[in-house]
Amino acid sequence: MDWVWRSLPMIWGLVVDHVAVSVPPIILGFILSIPLGYWASRSRVARAILLGLGSVLYTIPALVLIVVLPVALGTAILDPQNLLRALTVYAIAIMVRSSTDAFSSVSDDVRESARAIGYSGVQRFFAVELPLAGPVLLAGVRVVSVSTVSLATVGAVIGISTLGQLFTNGFQLDFQIEIVTGIVAVLIVAAVFDVIITTVGRLLMPWNRRPARTRASRRPAGVTA
Amino acid sequence: MIEFRSVTKQYADGTRAVSEFSAVIPSRKTTVFVGSSGCGKTTLLRMINRMVDPTEGVIEIDGHDIAATEPVALRRSIGYVMQNSGLLPHRRVIDNIATVLLLTRVPKAEAHARALELLDTVGLDRALANRYPGELSGGQQQRVGVARGLAANPNILLMDEPFGAVDPIVRTDLQAETIRLQRELDKTIVFVTHDIDEAFLLGDQVIILEKGATIAQQGSPEEILANPASDFVASFIGADRGKRRLTVSADVPARGDDVLLIDAGGYAAGVISAPGGKLASGSASPKSRSVSNKTSQAGDA
Repeated sequence: MDWVWRSLPMIWGLVVDHVAVSVPPIILGFILSIPLGYWASRSRVARAILLGLGSVLYTIPALVLIVVLPVALGTAILDPQNLLRALTVYAIAIMVRSSTDAFSSVSDDVRESARAIGYSGVQRFFAVELPLAGPVLLAGVRVVSVSTVSLATVGAVIGISTLGQLFTNGFQLDFQIEIVTGIVAVLIVAAVFDVIITTVGRLLMPWNRRPARTRASRRPAGVTA
Repeated sequence: MIEFRSVTKQYADGTRAVSEFSAVIPSRKTTVFVGSSGCGKTTLLRMINRMVDPTEGVIEIDGHDIAATEPVALRRSIGYVMQNSGLLPHRRVIDNIATVLLLTRVPKAEAHARALELLDTVGLDRALANRYPGELSGGQQQRVGVARGLAANPNILLMDEPFGAVDPIVRTDLQAETIRLQRELDKTIVFVTHDIDEAFLLGDQVIILEKGATIAQQGSPEEILANPASDFVASFIGADRGKRRLTVSADVPARGDDVLLIDAGGYAAGVISAPGGKLASGSASPKSRSVSNKTSQAGDA
């Protein structure tokens, strides 16, 4: 434990780096998967292709992807952006499925009624379909967030400062406390991300929680007792 | 006035939902399209606000071909009420009602004030304004749907089986409310239903449709009942089964001035007042239709 207290500034620095590496892929993956998911929810062919591709991409091991991606994109092997690109690919691979489900979950009745009362296509997307897809999108982002925070540790292998350095160092020095510290720190970062995401979701989608609550409160007294 | 002139809707696969349909829908009256499912009645309705564009023929509103009007603008100028209310679940009641006003850039305060007035108009408590649709009963949601349809004060209100999904008691209330609103607000209502009783109750003009939106008969409920144009119509309105042919029951003793009526199948169909053994008579006009006077208490509808 002594080591942990003494190393706290160093660990904190790695946490900050780790967050800096994790946040952009989560946001990029979310934004990019929205048009893809929307497209897949509207077209059977697009759905088959995009979801298939997503599953395949996700099965590629992270280290392989980090090595192969620069070759495929023609960038330098040690380009620090490689990790961002790889993590974004994984984020999209997961998120495209959620995003497809999210847009498929919007009821046709509501979609049609929005059209009937005079929403233009663009207005309908932003004011009706996107918010109503929100709850399922949110669930997807939570998975992406956890996955990205844990995958980002791989950056340490290619020399990018993340909490993964506690693993690589710990292994090299056979120093278990450092490894355990790394695991706990990653868990904490993932948990904090999750709390932030669910809180933002609750603030943005107040209608989402209400029905359940009122249904419960409307239940006649006697029934629950 | 809405006029259909030889309107046809053929889909890419060759099916004809509507075939050479022509009819005039008079202003400030209720016209009901009634027919079995798949007869094309909803397609006809959706053509009026260009949700569906005809492949042939012309639809005019007050003499203007609607094909020349931009669809989104046209839809905003016509009220639309659908089954299951079609309310936006993520918007509060007040915002749902104000939707069209907000889309046409009416200032928010003004739109909300109008939405509150409309809650009164459709017989709902203003306290519901800040609820989400999921927190309302089916009947209340349907009333909010009607309020939303009326928000921009359109001349035309399209109603697509609006009361199909609510229970019979609430439906009776909502039907009475529709009659009241039509009378008070003087709208041109085009109503689609598969329920012939609902059609006869609400319609000044009833258009009975067969497959492909072919008109089986068109006229007032009285004209159709008195003189069904074909076996199809007789069967559709229940005349062939004797549902509409009522006789005074001989078995059940009269209570007060009322005597029991039975249909040709022998089932009790209603009562009629017969003071001093003489049957009462009245003239058939929309004003004489009985309207429930309990409609102001819509709280639990």
